[in-house]
Amino acid sequence: MSEVASSSVPAPAANPVVPQGRYRAEPRWVPWVFLAPFLLTFGVFLVWPLMQSVLLAFQQTFGPKTSAWVGLANFNFMFHDPLFWKAVGNTAGFAAGAVCFQLPLSLGLALLLNRPGLKGRAFFRMIFFAPSLVGLVFVGLLFGLMFAPRTGLVNTTLHGLFPAFDPEFPWLQLYILPALIFAALWLYVGFNMIYFLAALQNVPEELMEASALDGAGPWHRFRHIVLPEILPVATFVVLMSLLGSLQLFELPFVLLNGTAGPDNRGLTIVMYLYNTGFVSGDLGYASAIGWVLALFMGAFALGQRWFSKHQEES
Amino acid sequence: MPLTQSQRQRLLLAPVYAALVVAAGFTLVPFVWLICAAFKTNADVFSSNFLPRGDGFLGVAWERLTTLNFVRLFTELGIGRAMANSIFLAATSALLATFFCALAGYALAKFRFPGRDWVISLVLAALVIPGSLLMAPGYKLLYDLGLLDSYLGLLLPGITPAFGVFLFRQSMMNAVPATLLESARIDGAGEFRIFFTIVLPLVRPMIGAYLMITFLGAWNNFIGPQIVFQDPARFPLSVAINQLRGLYGTDYGLIMSGTLVSIAPVLALFLLLQKEFIAGLTSGAVKG
Repeated sequence: MSEVASSSVPAPAANPVVPQGRYRAEPRWVPWVFLAPFLLTFGVFLVWPLMQSVLLAFQQTFGPKTSAWVGLANFNFMFHDPLFWKAVGNTAGFAAGAVCFQLPLSLGLALLLNRPGLKGRAFFRMIFFAPSLVGLVFVGLLFGLMFAPRTGLVNTTLHGLFPAFDPEFPWLQLYILPALIFAALWLYVGFNMIYFLAALQNVPEELMEASALDGAGPWHRFRHIVLPEILPVATFVVLMSLLGSLQLFELPFVLLNGTAGPDNRGLTIVMYLYNTGFVSGDLGYASAIGWVLALFMGAFALGQRWFSKHQEES
Repeated sequence: MPLTQSQRQRLLLAPVYAALVVAAGFTLVPFVWLICAAFKTNADVFSSNFLPRGDGFLGVAWERLTTLNFVRLFTELGIGRAMANSIFLAATSALLATFFCALAGYALAKFRFPGRDWVISLVLAALVIPGSLLMAPGYKLLYDLGLLDSYLGLLLPGITPAFGVFLFRQSMMNAVPATLLESARIDGAGEFRIFFTIVLPLVRPMIGAYLMITFLGAWNNFIGPQIVFQDPARFPLSVAINQLRGLYGTDYGLIMSGTLVSIAPVLALFLLLQKEFIAGLTSGAVKG
């Protein structure tokens, strides 16, 4: 108690010469008071719902009020649920496409911007970065109209360039995945570029110069000096893109006006989770889907850790 | 004729500039299209890609451009209310998250106490839990607590994101010298006073960056308010503009003007402060 009291009463400041080792130590409760908001919200809004979601995964619910135990039936049903696998397939297709197009482009732009002697670097960086400030909903609204048949910018441009291109080309009816990958490309390339650019700027200048003096070509320098140096950041960016892609929801949800698109072509795992939990009202099955998704994400995260460790050792 | 060093360098950079200009063009076109559509009547949205053609300056029919879409947004459709909600929610969650994350990060960076390593592993564990896993049980929890359809229900779960605690711990470990804290204690300063007058000023750049990250995240948050709010009077712009599209689906000019008023304020703010913002974004990942 005396510790508590002494902290609010100023110590004798009039006597500035305090013998070493006898000053008032930090009271023991202080870190716990500072951590209290984190620990409280962590317990209430993370641990508790997490435990609930384990329980919910074995129940069927009808809204938040009524529920019934169903054992493993949710997982059994999921395993045979064509819609779930459709959602997994769409999400995997998007993730693969997004990572394959985004990363080379992000790295390419970063390499261009990192050229010594380049003027206007900050200006270009600002332009490339700007789309990542736009929320997913607004990107969805914007690209929903840009991909519209006949009047959308994508089709009118393609028709103008290649008169054989059908101006009624049904992006949002039949080719949702390419449209999603394209919109995500616009949104995230500049964002990932920032990470690559920061990593490239950490590559030691002397190494590059020494290698150039030794007669190494640009490819050789990239492969043997730049790439090993930026690999940790690259694997981080790959993991972030993969984890983000697996949780894809807002973009197709808004792009397709709250639907999964014709023949569920735009259904993603999280959209299926949302529809199950909040449209059909089965929070139980939604939780089961959430756990399977978390399993996929955990697998990717472990894969990245294994890869990084492997790299460090070799 | 042999070229000088600088001439050679400039020549080598020419294709780099060309590639950058093309990429910048691709990046900017959707913005330009959006701005043009927001100022056009519906007929002009369908008949022209960017600006309507006419006899005016540069061959553009400037007189056909209109601000009617914006007038309708704010008078007839009450988007002003949604904008006020967005500003309130984003500002409040940014301030709360920054304050509480800084407090927790400070405790983990500068105090030694039994159980500290345990709390640090909690923070790291919280970092990897996917948000979508918490959607269904989180909704049930808010229902049980009676917080559904309230501002508090959206704000409270986000007051100390683990990511922020982690970032502040990282930056405070280096930026706050232990000797400074010790001498402040010798002088008899209280712990909260030390936090406010010594610790916070030392991590000013981190505070600025984190305020921006959380503000932007809350401004662009869609799924949270979509799940928590039922009363349209509480909708922020993200939910309100999306609803608008549901109601006025073919009114492109109106929807694009709604999108423009939703992204223009943050775009302007963040491009002005981009240096600090980008430093904050990369500090956790690249150096950590």
